[in-house]
Amino acid sequence: MKDIILKIKDLTYSRGSRVIFDGLELEIPRGKVTAIMGPSGTGKTTLLKLIGGQLTPEKGSIVFEGDNIHQLSTEQLYKTRRKMGMLFQSGALFTDITVFENVAFPLREHTDLPEEIIKAIVQIKLEAVGLRGARNMMPTELSGGMARRAALARAIVLDPLMIMYDEPFAGQDPISMAVLVKLIALLNQALGLTSIVVSHDVAEVISIADYVYLISNGKVIGQGTPEQLQSEPTPRVSQFMQGLADGPVPFHFPANDYASDLLGDAE
Amino acid sequence: MIIESIRRLGASTIESFATTGRAGYLLIGSLFRLPTMKDVKLTYLQLNHIGVQSLLIIMVSGFFIGMVLSLQGYTTLIKFGAEASLGPLVALSLVRELGPVVAALLFAGRAGSAMTAEIGLMKATEQLSSMEMMAVNPLHRVIAPRLLAGIIAMPLLAAIFSAVAILGGHLVGVDWLGVDAGGFWSTMQATVDWQEDILNGVIKSIVFGFFISWIAVFRGYDTIPTSEGISRSTTQTVVHSSLAVLALDFILTALMFGDIS
Repeated sequence: MKDIILKIKDLTYSRGSRVIFDGLELEIPRGKVTAIMGPSGTGKTTLLKLIGGQLTPEKGSIVFEGDNIHQLSTEQLYKTRRKMGMLFQSGALFTDITVFENVAFPLREHTDLPEEIIKAIVQIKLEAVGLRGARNMMPTELSGGMARRAALARAIVLDPLMIMYDEPFAGQDPISMAVLVKLIALLNQALGLTSIVVSHDVAEVISIADYVYLISNGKVIGQGTPEQLQSEPTPRVSQFMQGLADGPVPFHFPANDYASDLLGDAE
Repeated sequence: MIIESIRRLGASTIESFATTGRAGYLLIGSLFRLPTMKDVKLTYLQLNHIGVQSLLIIMVSGFFIGMVLSLQGYTTLIKFGAEASLGPLVALSLVRELGPVVAALLFAGRAGSAMTAEIGLMKATEQLSSMEMMAVNPLHRVIAPRLLAGIIAMPLLAAIFSAVAILGGHLVGVDWLGVDAGGFWSTMQATVDWQEDILNGVIKSIVFGFFISWIAVFRGYDTIPTSEGISRSTTQTVVHSSLAVLALDFILTALMFGDIS
């Protein structure tokens, strides 16, 4: 039997009248890099927020390490979150303190370690992401890719079991992209992490993922190893994997009749 | 048409109840717990941010208000030969009313708006979310120290405002217009009552400090995380807290001094 660290069952969540997830089922195996892909607007970031307990689903359960996230008390939830790390798309570094202090933040909040040890741990983590030399810089002085790497150092500073990456490759130049791809794979292996990568950059994701879920319209429409998905004949899967403009996911957003819109009959 | 307006009235009523509920939740979630050493340190830092850095505007405004008060008071009192009462006039108006109220209005504009914008921007840039994911409760880490610092800073700022204003009044009344210095101070000392006037003024400013900080942190925390949302929340903070200060001032004055007649 596979060792599952996170299990999502029958997850239903809507925002206003729009259904984001409709009975979503997912399993994240321990120690692997699992990618969750899907077109923009499918609620991939929402899914990570649901896993982190920042949002509450209408129905269904998210079980992490045997704990149902949404049945935990606030105190238990905060304790469980220490086992998770999350890398936000923007990095979300605190802009009023240096890179060093950003990475030291979780340590200062959750431990009573002496200053020398904090210094050592922070330097080790910054070295791992290649930013030891930038420790005294302010977050505003960093490029987008560097900010993300600094945030990554902060996310792993408490040695979490699982780390969630929210669109880690979005808006990166080819070099930063390659650095991040390498880091995600390397950290997962070296630290024995479990990684969830939410992204729509097909090429980068399939180069590091062990398993891929493809989500569209609130449901899993395809899953498997990257090779399996690439050879999947289902039109919706192949449209996404091969990046075709039109297909089962239409080019046009649903609209009124074109002719009547142009002639002014519509509202 | 009528149904539509009833519907809108209902919607806005529900929305204002929901907003009040969220604001109450924020207050309970951030303040109702045992404080730690870290809370003390964070509150101290915020005291510097919102208290010490408001000092200049508070002192300059206080000085001018005191000067104007003294000038206006003198021109009226001299008609009745009562310029010896200039000291009590200046001191009482400041300690009872102008000190707490004007300092609170300035505080809302200077520190309240800054708090809302800062917290709103932290929300928009996902800093609050990332804090939550690092298992740090933003209500404890970000909101509580600012609330406490506001409650502590406001009475101190109001006291400094009144003190500087009295000096401004002295400058105009005594040094420029020639009111007797001994009379200025001694009638002031004889008339201003510690409990009736000063303590009530302090109570007022504590209440104002609490409401301004509460409105400011809530508006920031509850903002729509876009540039338009933050600008609206910042405006709302200044408008709502200024109105709250003026309305609360009337209520508190009525409770404190209403039965004097």
